[in-house]
Amino acid sequence: MLQIKNLSKNYEDLKVLEQIDLEIESNKTTVIIGPSGSGKTTLLRCLNLLAIPDIGEIDLNGVSLTFDPNQPLQKRKILDYRKKTGMVFQSFHLFSHRTVIENIMEGPVTVLKKGKADAMAEGMALLKKVGLEDKANQYPRQLSGGQQQRVAIARALAMKPEVLLFDEPTSALDPELEIEVLEIIRALAKEHYTIVIVTHKMTFAKEVGDNIIFLENGRILKQGSYAELYHSGNERINRFLTTLQ
Amino acid sequence: MFNERVINILQESFFKILIPGITHTIPLTLVSFAIGLFLAIVVALVQVSNVRILNPIVKFYVWVIRGTPLLVQIFIIFFGLPSAGIVLDSVPAAIIAFSLNVGAYASETLRAAILSVPLGQIEAGYSIGMNYFQVLRRIILPQAFKMSVPPLFNSFIGLVKDTSLAANITVTEMFMVTQRIAAKTFEPLALYCEVAVIYLIFCTVLSKVQHMAEKSLKLEQG
Ligand SMILES: Nc1ncnc2c1ncn2[C@@H]1O[C@H](COP(=O)(O)OP(=O)(O)OP(=O)(O)O)[C@@H](O)[C@H]1O
Ligand SMILES: [Mg+2]
Repeated sequence: MLQIKNLSKNYEDLKVLEQIDLEIESNKTTVIIGPSGSGKTTLLRCLNLLAIPDIGEIDLNGVSLTFDPNQPLQKRKILDYRKKTGMVFQSFHLFSHRTVIENIMEGPVTVLKKGKADAMAEGMALLKKVGLEDKANQYPRQLSGGQQQRVAIARALAMKPEVLLFDEPTSALDPELEIEVLEIIRALAKEHYTIVIVTHKMTFAKEVGDNIIFLENGRILKQGSYAELYHSGNERINRFLTTLQ
Repeated sequence: MFNERVINILQESFFKILIPGITHTIPLTLVSFAIGLFLAIVVALVQVSNVRILNPIVKFYVWVIRGTPLLVQIFIIFFGLPSAGIVLDSVPAAIIAFSLNVGAYASETLRAAILSVPLGQIEAGYSIGMNYFQVLRRIILPQAFKMSVPPLFNSFIGLVKDTSLAANITVTEMFMVTQRIAAKTFEPLALYCEVAVIYLIFCTVLSKVQHMAEKSLKLEQG
């Protein structure tokens, strides 16, 4: 379980996240929705420590980190935590000087110090999982956006993370490419990975989301199942759920 | 203008000029560029990694070197430093001046290339648990070096020609030898054109090397 307690994050004077309390259940899919600028990306980045919260606590399966502006976290702790979380970005961010398989092997080899042969075998298995074994030796620029994102998912999976974070993984893709990426995330959800996903795709949120978080102005306005949110009687949430398909 | 006498002079002088080119100009260029590139890497890394204490020092170094003429730097090192008790032979003095010069300019090339590596890829590196050093070594530097190849060749080719400035401090490189022959034969036009052609040959070879390097790095497709 990923527990977030009283987490706040400011950018200078701008309060982006305010006292977030949240429990992300293991083996479940948590969907974060909310208007643009509400802090969804920032929350996800805080969960990967690409952004360091100003204050609060994050506990991932019993390993707890406390944030305090007067007591910066040790680098060691940040790195150890990041190894346990996988991030999939809106615009893929594959390493452009490395082939597909090298992208996937990078974490296991450089960070986990795995042998190259093992990392390669595991990498190929992951490529098979995302349906791209035949692209192993291509460079990212030779792939379509959808294929790049599938490689990015395999790269995150290669670290065997305890939680997978997706930030609008399909918003940079054409509809037909979107389908192939959503297909993979759907499969991961079925395999009971612990997933946190930011998305504007309400039909998808409804389908895979065990818990849906509605974020507004850096606060959690409401959370629950799709039905619970839908019947919450909050007009803003309703409009949000029904206008964005 | 190209009468028989001139053609004879050109023929006789060709190797007299080419040989110091091979014994002085080329080694001077290679050694200075190698040292300069090493300096540049250190300077660029100090700046992008924002190493305390060193950062203001390297900034000052780049500022001074880029803001003053190379010829003046050469004169300070060879003619000026002896007054401060530091006496250098002409060749080491030239190497120091050229290395410092390349170091300053190439450091800016490298720094720009490092800064142009997409932030998203750097964050992707951090997101899989890499530390700063791993991100630098595995993601930033390989891409930055690749991008720096064309502008670094620019500096390299520039340096080949700049070594002619060493003639001013008695280094017997190509230009110095040409000046002597021109003074003796009273054929400055023919001889200076001849040395120009030799510089052009050197630089053409380098351009070819650059082209091959870019090809093997697959730089064309970007
Ligand atoms: N690095 C940063 N520096 C300063 N302000 C930032 C930074 N990152 C985000 N912000 C601000 O924080 C707020 C929340 O941004 P965030 O990207 O988390 O929103 P979001 O919910 O993901 O929006 P979108 O749906 O448009 O992606 C915005 O006002 C944004 O301008
Ligand atoms: Mg966002």
